[in-house]
Amino acid sequence: MSTQIPKQTEKTEETAAETETEAPSKGDERRAEKRRRADERRRQREVEEAEKAAADENTVELRVFRYDPDIEGKQEPRFDTFHVPFTKGMTVLDALMYARDTYDSSLTFRHSCRQAVCGSDAMFVNGGQKLACKTQIDELEEPIRVEPLPHAEVTKDLVVDMEHFYDQMEAVEPYFQTNEYPDGELEEQRQSRENREKVKMSTRCIWCSACMSSCNIAAGDNEYLGPAAINKAYRFAMDEREGEDVKQKRLEIIEQEHGVWRCQTQFSCTEVCPKDIPLTEHIQELKREAVKNNLKFW
Amino acid sequence: MYEHDVVVVGAGGAGLRAAIAAQEEGADVAIVSKLHPVRSHTGAAEGGINAALRDADSWEDHAYDTMKGSDYLGDAPAVEALCKESPEEVIQLEHWGMPFSREEDGRVSQRPFGGLSFPRTTYAGAETGHQMLHTMYEQVVKRGITVYDEWHVMDLVVTDEDDPTDRSCHGVVAYDIQRGEVDGFRASGGVILATGGMGQVFDHTTNAVANTGDGVAMAYRAGVPMEDMEFIQFHPTTLPSTGVLISEGVRGEGGILYNEKGERFMFEHGYANNDGELASRDVVSRAELTEVNEGRGIEDEYVHLDMRHLGEERILDRLENILHLAEDFEGADGLTEPMPVKPGQHYAMGGIETNEHGETAIDGLYAAGECACVSVHGGNRLGGNALPELIVFGKRAGNHAAGKEMGEPEIPTGKTGDWESAEYEFEVDVGTVGDRGPAAADGGAVAADAEGLLEAEIERARERVEDLLARKGRNHAEIRSAVQETMTANVNVFREEEGLKQSLEDLREAREAYTEVAVSDPSRTFNTDLIHTMETRNILDIAEALAMGALARREFRGAHWRKERQERDDENWLKHTLISWNDGEPELWYKPAILEGEAKTYEPKVRSY
Ligand SMILES: Cc1cc2nc3c(=O)[nH]c(=O)nc-3n(C[C@H](O)[C@H](O)[C@H](O)COP(=O)(O)OP(=O)(O)OC[C@H]3O[C@@H](n4cnc5c(N)ncnc54)[C@H](O)[C@@H]3O)c2cc1C
Ligand code: SF4
Ligand code: FES
Repeated sequence: MSTQIPKQTEKTEETAAETETEAPSKGDERRAEKRRRADERRRQREVEEAEKAAADENTVELRVFRYDPDIEGKQEPRFDTFHVPFTKGMTVLDALMYARDTYDSSLTFRHSCRQAVCGSDAMFVNGGQKLACKTQIDELEEPIRVEPLPHAEVTKDLVVDMEHFYDQMEAVEPYFQTNEYPDGELEEQRQSRENREKVKMSTRCIWCSACMSSCNIAAGDNEYLGPAAINKAYRFAMDEREGEDVKQKRLEIIEQEHGVWRCQTQFSCTEVCPKDIPLTEHIQELKREAVKNNLKFW
Repeated sequence: MYEHDVVVVGAGGAGLRAAIAAQEEGADVAIVSKLHPVRSHTGAAEGGINAALRDADSWEDHAYDTMKGSDYLGDAPAVEALCKESPEEVIQLEHWGMPFSREEDGRVSQRPFGGLSFPRTTYAGAETGHQMLHTMYEQVVKRGITVYDEWHVMDLVVTDEDDPTDRSCHGVVAYDIQRGEVDGFRASGGVILATGGMGQVFDHTTNAVANTGDGVAMAYRAGVPMEDMEFIQFHPTTLPSTGVLISEGVRGEGGILYNEKGERFMFEHGYANNDGELASRDVVSRAELTEVNEGRGIEDEYVHLDMRHLGEERILDRLENILHLAEDFEGADGLTEPMPVKPGQHYAMGGIETNEHGETAIDGLYAAGECACVSVHGGNRLGGNALPELIVFGKRAGNHAAGKEMGEPEIPTGKTGDWESAEYEFEVDVGTVGDRGPAAADGGAVAADAEGLLEAEIERARERVEDLLARKGRNHAEIRSAVQETMTANVNVFREEEGLKQSLEDLREAREAYTEVAVSDPSRTFNTDLIHTMETRNILDIAEALAMGALARREFRGAHWRKERQERDDENWLKHTLISWNDGEPELWYKPAILEGEAKTYEPKVRSY
């Protein structure tokens, strides 16, 4: 399942048939009963909510993408509506947590830090890649549409499979490498302020994958390293402590077929990055470095 | 079933460092974590890492500061290990490429922090924790260490001899969140718990949603004592709607706290006539709460932190990240309006009792990081002392679990050294509520060998999951908020006999409610309802121990304040609180704080700055 599939898909009869052919065990029966109850509760909840919302003006309306390959009735993607009482300072994440804890405990999304450092909750909010915890409700048009990140496999509701993103990040040898360490005990490797300043923004990445999700090239070429991984390579390639021979290797990695040259400078990644990392600029700079480097060997 | 020499539970700073150390010692190590490593809350730390790196500084001074900050409840062997080894560990991070802030000469920068006699807080901008976490994860990737991410560890696999110090740990059982399956991880060398903080015990915290104290609760139920649980640090300036931390820097630059009437209460109501807003964290937190309790809070909830008078230029220059935090997480513009703030839970000084090698009372079970209590922080943690604890004791635990010879520890664990029984009457029932069914089971099964033991525990964990999914009953969220509410109302910066007893009664009720808990999402895929329900059990066990410790300790030490006795009582209380689960009947006991260091004894002095 991918979010690229049009919202109203054909019925997934195959899957349904498969589960039905198995002889129902006690557990299956119990679960089926639970599902029926859950559905009933959901319907009842929707009625209650609608009444409540009508009575109370100060609520926000969320339309949240729902999908669960495991649950009959959720195998076909749908949108559920939640009315959440608005409080000042409320973020999209706060609203989702409220909806989950009050109305529907099966509403599923990743989150942890609530302060834009863990990178768990990048989502598609009103048509843009956002960190839910860093997006204020009162800056959004209602109803607020919340969907999983586009161009990724949806695991369930707002949770997407991150494996591909992690694979790309790890493909660029994302660790510091150097051949020279200082002699003295407790001696650090010196780094100039300018150089630290140069890599600073690139080290702020929280692996949220918003950039990858926004990138047309990545959507079309599954092997493209993507903005975050290239930025990670930049972080090391530009670090003066690594030394020339390591840099050489790094440039080879980012120059590969699915590397920097794929980027068509559309800036979508830079626009969505919640950490304001100038991704496109970094990619451009690496392209220039690569050209310079190739000229050296002419 | 998976098998490794060493299994590390948790992938924050402590877990990653432990795994690297175990691997360097030659062990086959795996990390099991409910979050992907880079999602761990170590990434939220801003301030820095204390390390005596410079010639004008010394580890002895750092140790002295730490002991004083701990209000003499730190154990000297642990404190000295921390301060001696922090410099080499910080340099190690630097050699792994961590992008520290730099001086003109290219060396790493250090800054002053509260309670430190030398500016030894080594930092990377306002994102030290993020850089540290990512740097260590890079090393884990480089070394090819196996990481099982999005696996929620449910319980430890421990034998069940009567005396916990005779027990041994052979692995863990965990739930694969993605696939909805229970499996076991066998560890022939050792299990290292590095599960981080327990902020979710309170309803307002700087901690992450995932900081539910799982490791502490698991170790407790397996028989390891919890140490000094009553010592919780509250931070005075957190944003009301999320708990996001607004750093001391704002007050340091001249930010002012006002109540609803526009009074500068720190002075006008006499809380700190000399230091005002810059008084220590606990003093400011209590002042804010007094204002709110006496009806001078804004919306009966918070006070205002105003920095507008500093002027746009100075704010943009020095406090720019604060502007972003207030705007993104509270919708407040610090340039044109005061920012709402209130006290929030921030750090747990107590946790799983360990010695300076990270060993617990149970053979083969280790703990490191915020979940452990070794104890370096005693009654109060100094800012910048938690991150060095992760790397120093994470490494020690990793090395030891991998078989490195490290000599005899000086800190005793379990009831082995000099200990005394508390003989305290709680008047309220504590411990299990009689339900020993699969949803609230404890202890370990007896089995012929480790493998058999694991099989039995996997089976039990499966039954527990099936049962939680199949039952009808109450949603965990209401139980969790009942716990958080009573803890915040009664076990916060103000603690008095009546309130503490009230909290134990409320927790009793919550425990009873938990026997009826059920998961309503029947899904096998990414069932966070199930995970949160299991976490709530851990929150309950921890909250109770915390309240018990707070009730028993009738003195004011470090972060723990008691109305009935508002001063430190060295005669009776230079000792650690320990609580043993005892298969469901919690027992309180004490052991002395160790003030004798390598070369000197730290004599208790008045903690004033
Ligand atoms: C906002 C903030 C600012 C701070 N600033 C500073 C500072 O400037 N300096 C300083 O020294 N300290 C600071 N601290 C304190 C310090 O950051 C923490 O104490 C420390 O990072 C905790 O690290 P840890 O490795 O113990 O736990 P964490 O980083 O929280 O990691 C816990 C790990 O355990 C895993 N886990 C938990 N439960 C389970 C389970 N059941 N199964 C599997 N895995 C599990 C999680 O997935 C996670 O990987 C700050 C804390 C906060 C909240
Ligand atoms: S570069 Fe920015 S958008 Fe991309 S993963 Fe990192 S933080 Fe997220
Ligand atoms: S919850 Fe951590 S980034 Fe949003």
